[in-house]
Amino acid sequence: MYKIVRKRELNPTVTQMEIEAPLVAKKAKPGQFIILRVDEDGERIPLTVAGTDPEEGTVKIIFQIVGATTETLNHKQAGEYIQDFAGPLGMATHTEGIKKVCIVGGGVGCAIAMPVAQEFHRLGAEVTSIIGFRSKDLLILEDEFRACSDKLVVMTDDGSYARHGNVTVPLKEMLEAGEKFDMIITIGPLIMMKFVVATAKPFGVPVTVSMNPIMIDGTGMCGGCRLTLNRDGKRVTKFACVDGPDFNGYEIDFDEAMSRGRMYFDYERHAHEEVCNLYKNA
Amino acid sequence: MAIDPKKHEMPTQAPEVRAHNFNEVALGYDQETALAEASRCLNCKNRPCVSGCPVNIHIPEFIAKVKEGDFEAAYQIINQTSSLPAVCGRVCPQENQCEKYCTLAKKFEAVGIGRLERFVADWHNAHATEKAQAPASNGHKVAIVGSGPSGLTCAGDLAKKGYKVSVFEALHTAGGVLVYGIPEFRLPKSIVAKEVETLKDLGVDVETNVIIGKTLTIDELFEMGYEAVFVGSGAGLPNFMNIPGESLKGVYSANEFLTRSNLMKAYKDDPKTPIMKGGKVAVVGGGNVAMDAARTALRLGAEKVYIVYRRSMEELPARREEVEHAQEEGIDFRLLHNPVEILGYNNPDDPRDPKNGFVSGIRCVKMELGEPDASGRRRPVAIPGSEFDLDVTAVVIAIGTSPNPLIKSTTKGLEVNSHGGIIVNEDGLTSREGVYAGGDAVTGAATVISAMGAGKVAAKAIDEYLSGK
Repeated sequence: MYKIVRKRELNPTVTQMEIEAPLVAKKAKPGQFIILRVDEDGERIPLTVAGTDPEEGTVKIIFQIVGATTETLNHKQAGEYIQDFAGPLGMATHTEGIKKVCIVGGGVGCAIAMPVAQEFHRLGAEVTSIIGFRSKDLLILEDEFRACSDKLVVMTDDGSYARHGNVTVPLKEMLEAGEKFDMIITIGPLIMMKFVVATAKPFGVPVTVSMNPIMIDGTGMCGGCRLTLNRDGKRVTKFACVDGPDFNGYEIDFDEAMSRGRMYFDYERHAHEEVCNLYKNA
Repeated sequence: MAIDPKKHEMPTQAPEVRAHNFNEVALGYDQETALAEASRCLNCKNRPCVSGCPVNIHIPEFIAKVKEGDFEAAYQIINQTSSLPAVCGRVCPQENQCEKYCTLAKKFEAVGIGRLERFVADWHNAHATEKAQAPASNGHKVAIVGSGPSGLTCAGDLAKKGYKVSVFEALHTAGGVLVYGIPEFRLPKSIVAKEVETLKDLGVDVETNVIIGKTLTIDELFEMGYEAVFVGSGAGLPNFMNIPGESLKGVYSANEFLTRSNLMKAYKDDPKTPIMKGGKVAVVGGGNVAMDAARTALRLGAEKVYIVYRRSMEELPARREEVEHAQEEGIDFRLLHNPVEILGYNNPDDPRDPKNGFVSGIRCVKMELGEPDASGRRRPVAIPGSEFDLDVTAVVIAIGTSPNPLIKSTTKGLEVNSHGGIIVNEDGLTSREGVYAGGDAVTGAATVISAMGAGKVAAKAIDEYLSGK
């Protein structure tokens, strides 16, 4: 069992927790993820590590309440325990040789982008961050990004806060203005990452995308997280859990990944409604 | 007394009943049948059956105790060499091992050794009151990576010799393939849990949620004071066929399909982990895993389940009893069939049609057997122009796995072969001093009992290595 040491609501749909898991805290690097189960017989879900405190032995996770499992997790309070917490899994974000980086985060993806931005800042790279949200209510981690970015642009889809529009608008302006990024790293909804790749393509800037497909074991056993890459004219199968979660954005077949991500859509919506009703009636 | 030429039949749930539940198919001998079956054993002096057993169970000796009605004594004899008797009695391919060499098998049916082993283990589990006792410690610490059959066997053998053994398991439940892979109807999970409990009684420490290669490395295990490490990390990434359509929704690897159903309990009503139920399912492959997947799909409510296998029944590698059970349950065997494409639903008029991207069929080509290949089996060759489509809603690919890369990539000096399997010598020793390995991590996908045999060999070698230190 793993103790929830602290819990904080970042916005009405996004929660941050710090979980006591000393071995994971010692090892986890930005870009890696953990697998957790809230309770016995619960589903295994992957969540990207949003930070660690190796001395305290805690791991920070940030999750959006999107389904039955995250709903159940969100009903746990500080001081309570979750059943399982295993990691760190996947490969850490590649940082070597990158001196000037643009981090593009969307929605709850910003929670994963933040430790990556912090790591580049710590390593002395020049960090430009573009973070986007649907509206002001859903904004998270603005102060944290400001602290680790040389330049920060905040966008909202509806214009309710900061600049109106989506993240590709300022990215395109910067690239057109002649900004020379060694790497663009984008983390967020698949459709957003797909358009970030399309925006960067004419400028020939490398793009790393962080993939978050459906996963079961997370250790390289089930193959559920497979992705298709277009590499040198060939279709190549890779596994997000052991080969990723970071991939070359130009190689990813986003349309396939989006389709696969919706495999259990109906089931999940129904399960979430059931859990919500349980808590409402309780 | 004349010998009964036939093995006593194993009572089973009726096919039409069991096809709709996840309870165990085979029900086990009762006492009377066990005594009668044991009396068929000739108690041969040269014990040919033992030579067929990867863990060298003293077979005629335990059967002699069954004959006397001393079932606990029979159990103790099995337990000397096997840490998982209730498991082996259920999942070993006895027809290719002990029973293949049985003297009776020359003229009649072999003694039902596996069935007797299962009877004895179940009898012990139901009647034994005394817990196993941890022996006096010899002061040495050994780490085991993975709690599948090889790891549990190695752990058990070393614990019995007084080693302080810690087993590290990546998943949330101990048992490896015995819990995530083999379904409840063939190996009830309560039996695996019981075997793990017995090991804990012997002083074995089981740490779940620790991924060696990630949470801790092999080098860190040595720094923590472990003097030897056994790697039994098991099967790794599933193989796919590299044909079009394998990324469609509804295409599963057998590992994913079985893990969802078994480990994540998607077979139960109202599960937390989803799985596609019902429809028509094609399972590609002919091994035990393919049989397990096909029969699981049936029990999950599929109206039709095909096994699609590119060779003939003769080459089909699954345990004979599982094939017979599958046939009785109505699984449709499409032998000498090879998939060439998985077909998907695509509504040209509506890109938002929720059915888009789901499996709609599997295109197969008919095969004929040609000359024997490197494996000695006749090589299947496609018959030109014989393509045809089967309507299915899900496809499960059960054509084997490649070893897991996590340990290799984080352990300096650990040599692997071109398939990614860890290279070991005849004692299970790897290229790293004090690091041993066995099971699927070494051989690629094989059987539970061969993994147990490898765990046993390594335990003996680790004991010799550490007692000489």
